[in-house]
Amino acid sequence: MPELTNVVMALADPTRREIFERLAERPRSVGALALDMPISRPAVSQHLRVLKEAGLVTDHAEGTRRVYQIDPAGLGVVRQWLDRFWDRSLAAFQAEADKEEEQNP
Amino acid sequence: MNLTITPAPVRKSLRVKAPPARAFEIFTAGMSRWWLKTHTISKTKSPIKEITIEPRQGGRWFERGEDGSECDWGHVLAWEPPARLLLAWQINGQWQFDPNLVTEVEIRFSPDASGTKVELEHRYLERLGDTAETMRTAFDRGWMALLESFAANAT
Repeated sequence: MPELTNVVMALADPTRREIFERLAERPRSVGALALDMPISRPAVSQHLRVLKEAGLVTDHAEGTRRVYQIDPAGLGVVRQWLDRFWDRSLAAFQAEADKEEEQNP
Repeated sequence: MNLTITPAPVRKSLRVKAPPARAFEIFTAGMSRWWLKTHTISKTKSPIKEITIEPRQGGRWFERGEDGSECDWGHVLAWEPPARLLLAWQINGQWQFDPNLVTEVEIRFSPDASGTKVELEHRYLERLGDTAETMRTAFDRGWMALLESFAANAT
């Protein structure tokens, strides 16, 4: 079954949960989030990076700002899982294809 | 909410020492030999004994468990050895076969100096929308329920 440790870790932090909940209301820039919260802008950026790596939010440029929103399809977790699934599966395929070629060059 | 943003396809690229025709054969006819045995969708959770891709367009892609049970994974959309294989992956985010779901897995095999370059793309992940619903439901139930659900799925 999916390994969702990153998601659990990302959401285990109350500040990140709050950021995520604010983004669930509507997309916001880093600056807008920092204005609303008692933490620095770099700290907000750091939390956003963790959320993004967990596949929970996406970002895009609007002029000079980066605007964040939750993954609208809610599929970040599934996509991340499939990404790792194919990594592992293809590594096994590669080992098999290489092994055979070494035995029967 | 802007629903036009879709998840990027999962893309992988690797090199194997076998030539394309052989790599294609190992990927398809030899899938049982390399597919991770724990990656079963069988409801009985029986370990995988055999994975079959029927070698033709429209052919089935399915697993057979050690207990004899069969589970569909999808079907062949394009069978073009040795260069290209296009599979319909019909497994949803709950890791179950869904005949109404079609995501595509395209695998290309091209010759290179040392063997074969293999490129895989798993696309149309937005069609896994049922899972998005599940996720939203989980969010609605609150964070604790969500975390418990993840913890249960992660084991």
